[in-house]
Amino acid sequence: MKAGVIVFPGSNCDRDVQVALARSLGREPEMIWHREAELPKLDLIVVPGGFSYGDYLRCGAMAAHSPVMREVVARARAGTRVLAICNGFQVVTEAGLLPGVLMTNASLSFICRDVDLRVENAGSAFTSRYATGQVVRMPIAHHGGNYFTDDDTLARIEGGGQVAFRYCAPDGTLREDANPNGSCNAIAGIFNEARTVLGMMPHPERLADPALGGTDGRAMFDGLVEALS
Amino acid sequence: MNEQAITPEIVKSHGLTPEEYQTVIEIMGREPNLTELGIFSVMWSEHCSYKSSKKWLRRLPTTGPRVIHGPGENAGAVDIGDGQAAIFKMESHNHPSFIEPYQGAATGVGGILRDVFTMGARPIANMNALRFGAPEDAKTRHLVSGVVAGIGGYGNCVGVPTVGGECTFHASYNGNNLVNAMTVGLVETNKIFLSSASGIGNLVVYVGSKTGRDGIHGATMASAEFDEDSEAKRPTVQVGDPFTEKLLIEACLKLMETDVIIAIQDMGAAGLTSSSFEMASKGGTGIEMDLSAVPVRETGMTPYEIMLSESQERMLMVIAPEREAEARAVFEKWELDFSVVGTVTDTGRMRLVMNGETAADLPIAPLVAAAPELDRPHEPPPPPAAFDEATLNAPDSVMAALTTLMASPDLCSKRWIWEQYDHMVMADTVQRPGGDAAVVRIHGTNKGLAITTDCTPRYCTADPETGGAQAVAETWRNLTATGAAPLAITDCLNFGNPERAEVMGQFVGCIEGIRKACEALDYPVVSGNVSFYNETNGRAVQPTPGIGGIGLIDDIAGMASPAFKRAGEALLLIGESAGHLGASLYLREIEGREAGAPPPVDLAMERRNGDFVRTLIADARVTACHDVSDGGLLVAVAEMALATLNGDEPIGAEVSLPENGLAPHCWLFGEDQGRYLVTARMDDVEAILADAEAAGVAALRIGTTGDASLTLTGADTISLAELGAAHDGWLSSYMAGA
Repeated sequence: MKAGVIVFPGSNCDRDVQVALARSLGREPEMIWHREAELPKLDLIVVPGGFSYGDYLRCGAMAAHSPVMREVVARARAGTRVLAICNGFQVVTEAGLLPGVLMTNASLSFICRDVDLRVENAGSAFTSRYATGQVVRMPIAHHGGNYFTDDDTLARIEGGGQVAFRYCAPDGTLREDANPNGSCNAIAGIFNEARTVLGMMPHPERLADPALGGTDGRAMFDGLVEALS
Repeated sequence: MNEQAITPEIVKSHGLTPEEYQTVIEIMGREPNLTELGIFSVMWSEHCSYKSSKKWLRRLPTTGPRVIHGPGENAGAVDIGDGQAAIFKMESHNHPSFIEPYQGAATGVGGILRDVFTMGARPIANMNALRFGAPEDAKTRHLVSGVVAGIGGYGNCVGVPTVGGECTFHASYNGNNLVNAMTVGLVETNKIFLSSASGIGNLVVYVGSKTGRDGIHGATMASAEFDEDSEAKRPTVQVGDPFTEKLLIEACLKLMETDVIIAIQDMGAAGLTSSSFEMASKGGTGIEMDLSAVPVRETGMTPYEIMLSESQERMLMVIAPEREAEARAVFEKWELDFSVVGTVTDTGRMRLVMNGETAADLPIAPLVAAAPELDRPHEPPPPPAAFDEATLNAPDSVMAALTTLMASPDLCSKRWIWEQYDHMVMADTVQRPGGDAAVVRIHGTNKGLAITTDCTPRYCTADPETGGAQAVAETWRNLTATGAAPLAITDCLNFGNPERAEVMGQFVGCIEGIRKACEALDYPVVSGNVSFYNETNGRAVQPTPGIGGIGLIDDIAGMASPAFKRAGEALLLIGESAGHLGASLYLREIEGREAGAPPPVDLAMERRNGDFVRTLIADARVTACHDVSDGGLLVAVAEMALATLNGDEPIGAEVSLPENGLAPHCWLFGEDQGRYLVTARMDDVEAILADAEAAGVAALRIGTTGDASLTLTGADTISLAELGAAHDGWLSSYMAGA
């Protein structure tokens, strides 16, 4: 598998995901600067977290129009797997690869903590190492992770098995106090229709190493390596 | 603007005394113009010149086998083995953070980050120590909210984890909150960059953000106390742009992989003035700068404004002319301004030109050498009367008293704060906020750096010398409790108006305590900052010498943490208990009194106990470790138990009173120093106690870990759920306005 990590000015989880990918892959992914208008051959593109272009206009809005994103969108439409984490999720929704928007957290504050997530659909290259219904732990760290979309779209993604993860209580139940940011239907991550693009607010790369207190994130990278190699 | 005549009023408004102005005229050999006067003003301000503190700071021990660079550089550097060094410093941003909390705090973080990456280090952790006024003061909530959002807003965006700190409240800070920010960075020891401008004919290059009219006279503002008109000083507060800082970090570190940069200095307080003077002064050279080449944000800026602006995210570098294209390419990639603004000369003078005309021409060495050094009158506070513990009645319920303490503003959980900080980015945070010290892994290794900040201002108020020593000892203890070998400290000394003998007395006393503790613990000061004039209308803050300490963990697999690990283990107290309640939180929060002397600090015992505990951790003979500090023994037990609430299984403890003649509340809540709590497997207890005795260390088994409650044998019990709710709830409900 060949993997590439997009680096925008202001990306700051690029190295973290590079390390996590290298751990599962056995070699370094390629780091791709935002001005690149052409991409090498890749099986997986990661759009990492951070504050692309400072997030000054609206989170992810400027990055969505960068030269490299035109190419990422084209590759995604052609079936290349895209994993978009945190700010990356904001970028790919702005770029139209996934439906909906990420609004400011209901608390209006930045939130950094581990959350419990229920795996909603294990039928993808991203989630194959999890079981549907399994509860996993990953950190969130964002100011704008409040997923919102209109009722019709919501019905469509719910009906189409496009919800990847939901925020939940440790026992897997959905509770208002387990939804950290006010997301619609407690959605933490969604797929495109073909389940080749995953956008998620939690950071799997931050709990993929026992020294950091957990390894639930590692299964995502291991699963991708297995599916795409 | 330079044509303006220099009147005594103008001199006064620049914070210079008539005598200092006479020295200016002698150095210049003529009257200065306004730009030159402005430069003298900031260079000789308390903030930049350390004129009231220099004499005393010299007393601090600053060397040691691991010290690579001590005070005098942008930040301290200590050897951590394997060809690497930790670069760190703590700095205050108190005055701006009171006037404009979000930007004041944000730019405090930005400034300390620059001090660290200027030296070539990648910042790997931020910490902060915050002191606010009484919770009931009308401004406190607004200040907490703005400061926390500002620190988070900056640190989160630059992608450096904010891994911990402290936050306490006291009415003495009502008119002056304290915001102290610390950054730790990592560098290869042979790639440390310094600021000495050398090589006649080399280029002086300006990189980063453009210069605007923000922050003019920020350094002067921080060199006077506040009054009713301080709100009018808002324009002196700078505005931060963490995105540009992130680009500046990446661009500088990229260029630092080469040998292009000869010298580099960030533009902090007093901006282009202090950075250029610092570089030329250290190099024994001169600089000629064309201010027309300085990238500016707005038109019509005068030389005075350009030289005194404190716009953020700017650096000055010296490079060889033939390397210009190489350097420019890096900054252009990151879309940052890059402008050659001058050259290094052999004149020993700072000559500034704008639009072809000389704007200022000053001799560098005489200006720097003549920076005032004062021996201000200082008067030690009267020794506090010892507090007589026998006058206190026992509380009706020990667990009710514990609950009150755990829910008090100083001891409650600060989760509401640190959840607003990204404390995990960079994926090396192996001990998160909330413990004794945060631990970050050295990237790509199994080594770790433990980091902590501490100070107990109520001790410093009652007895500055003991308080100064205690602050140092507490950082040393917190590092030790993780298993780290303490390396060195940075000090961030926050005091009132030094023109008052009482305040200088506090300062001198605290320095003496810090000195003694550093010497006794072989724990040098490698960087620091002094912030005076934290005072409003004659009311000073409590003396607050904040200490930031770092320690080295050889293998993070063997580090210790405070959370109980298993039920049925023995709970041991290391260190001696005298039931000291003077200046304690128990006295303040339960009895409503701030009285008495602080607990004595026995540095030899501190060292003996700490070395013993560190050995226990290294030999994997203890399963958890926590230092005993604010609130005393029972609070420390409660903290170890509550730390398990984040894990799979809550674990509490049962504690039994020893037969030591102390009243139960004195033993349970006394703040005697040099103590730790550890847990150990039952089978190991006897040997640990025997080894302690052999090492001359007091050790006592006080209880056993158990189910999800805390129990005092034969008395009270409380569930961890109830205690945890009280501990966790105070700050968030306070901030919600409840």
